Amino acid sequence: MAAGIRTSELRKVYNTAPPLAAGAGGFSFAEKRSKGKQPKPEIVALNGISLDIRPGEIFCLLGPNGAGKSTTVGVLTTRVKPTAGQAWIGEHEVWKEQSAVKRLIGVVAQRPNLDFSLTAREILVFHGAYFGLGSHERNQRAASLLERFKLTDRADQIVRGFSGGMMQRLSIARAMMHDPQVLFLDEPSSGLDPQTRLLLWEIIREYNRSGKTVLLTTHNMEEADALCQRLAIVDHGRIIALGTPQELKSSVPGGYLVRVRFGQNSTDLMERLKILSGVREVRATENNGADLYADRGGPLVSEVANLALAANIELCDVHISEPSLENLFLHHTGRSLRE
Amino acid sequence: MNYKAFVAMLARDVRVARRNIVALLFQTFLQPLMFVFIFGRVMVGSGYMPPAYKSLLLPGIMALSMVGTGIWAVAMPLIGEFQFTREIEDRLLAPMDISWVAIEKVVAGTLQALAAGIMVIPFAWLLLRPGVDLSLHRPILFAIVALLVAVFSACGGLALGCSVEQTHIGLMFSLVVAPMIFFGCTYYPWSALANFPIMQKIVLVNPLVYASEGLRATLVPQFPHLSLLAVFIALFGFNALFLTVGLRQFHKKAVS
Repeated sequence: MAAGIRTSELRKVYNTAPPLAAGAGGFSFAEKRSKGKQPKPEIVALNGISLDIRPGEIFCLLGPNGAGKSTTVGVLTTRVKPTAGQAWIGEHEVWKEQSAVKRLIGVVAQRPNLDFSLTAREILVFHGAYFGLGSHERNQRAASLLERFKLTDRADQIVRGFSGGMMQRLSIARAMMHDPQVLFLDEPSSGLDPQTRLLLWEIIREYNRSGKTVLLTTHNMEEADALCQRLAIVDHGRIIALGTPQELKSSVPGGYLVRVRFGQNSTDLMERLKILSGVREVRATENNGADLYADRGGPLVSEVANLALAANIELCDVHISEPSLENLFLHHTGRSLRE
Repeated sequence: MNYKAFVAMLARDVRVARRNIVALLFQTFLQPLMFVFIFGRVMVGSGYMPPAYKSLLLPGIMALSMVGTGIWAVAMPLIGEFQFTREIEDRLLAPMDISWVAIEKVVAGTLQALAAGIMVIPFAWLLLRPGVDLSLHRPILFAIVALLVAVFSACGGLALGCSVEQTHIGLMFSLVVAPMIFFGCTYYPWSALANFPIMQKIVLVNPLVYASEGLRATLVPQFPHLSLLAVFIALFGFNALFLTVGLRQFHKKAVS
């Protein structure tokens, strides 16, 4: 039976240790007195994340680096203890029934965390053994996953010498080894070539077709758009938008985004931009720029140029974006996902 | 507890140990046996040491091999696996409480330490003979002491391995392991410190003292040694302490 994922008001605050030079660190003989005087820097990684991911859904957390995506996955996979809030996988509360939760989940971490002392095949077979699979079954599954992920010819080599892409594929194979109900993939396609990325997408879709829930994080909008049934956009530990890719894209006023930059600042020009036909919203940005949310892109540019010319202001830069999740992110945060 | 996952992790450690068996043997036995050769053979043979020193040395060497092996077998992999590669993650995600992952490491380390202790006796005996006067007439007490020493080494490895960063491994050996060995009554009995009364008291905080003296009491009881009761109490205490500290540190490292 497929299991869903639920979180309620998850918060995580890290108290990072001061840098090594300040007298802390794993093995320090410096006196601890000084520690009390300096307030510990606090980093709020999650600031009230509530999610309800349905069983059998491919759900995506989209956001820039440091938004809290990996921390959310960490909390849901028992690796990060939340400061407050609750999380459930299926019926099981993550922090109260860890073993039951771990049986239900498969995890692909952002960085390959393979057991470097073992061969590729051994990694899969031992993983199966940790989950109580019988000897015949785990050997058979390992062989078929190695085949599936095109790793059979290197199956009996120690993984230390594998390329990044191979390690990533093996990490995903390992997460699928015990056939978990919920699969977590933290930035699965970073570092993969386009061909392998397509293979990965196909594998994720196929896994989902067998009724499994998939939660993946990415900062790649194409990936979110191509793969997810629903997605949440995360920034600074908060969910700023949630819905299907289509719903989210159509929630941007107009859909198109024309970013322009002028030689100087002019309130008058800004007012004129607002009354151009098709323009829904104009936002001033830094360096004399403006973001125009509109229902058309290219045709607007000549009108903007004419207005600038009439006001005797130089038009320095123009960028047109078609309706996309990037525009949505920008509309909500004023920042680009890629920044 | 999920015994299947636990046994699978033990099997994984056995597989890795078997793969590295040659390096492991050199690491375990080379240094103690060189010591046996120089002090037991060269120094005694040339008359700088009395012949009885051979028998006195052997239990100390056994303690040293066991403690070195256990600490190394648990601490070094843990330090490596908790680095940014987080190799240990697949075991932390196995369906059992993560404390059992740490306990599995302790069991694996204990077994390796016992194997090292059992194997070093015939090696050392071959190097030293004739003139080694071992008397194993209290085999059960000997087995209990050996087990306590092995568990101590593995628990110590857990506590160290989860407290020390990779960049500080050198420091760990020069500041913790080396003084522990030299002030651990491995090469001399505790009673030999009678002329240094303050030091004789201070070294009692060193668990290796009880390991060496305990093995001396059960293998060569003809030499002066600490009472077995003191040895048992101390080793039990240290084992409980290191296991508690080790598990706490393990949890700190495993969960952020």
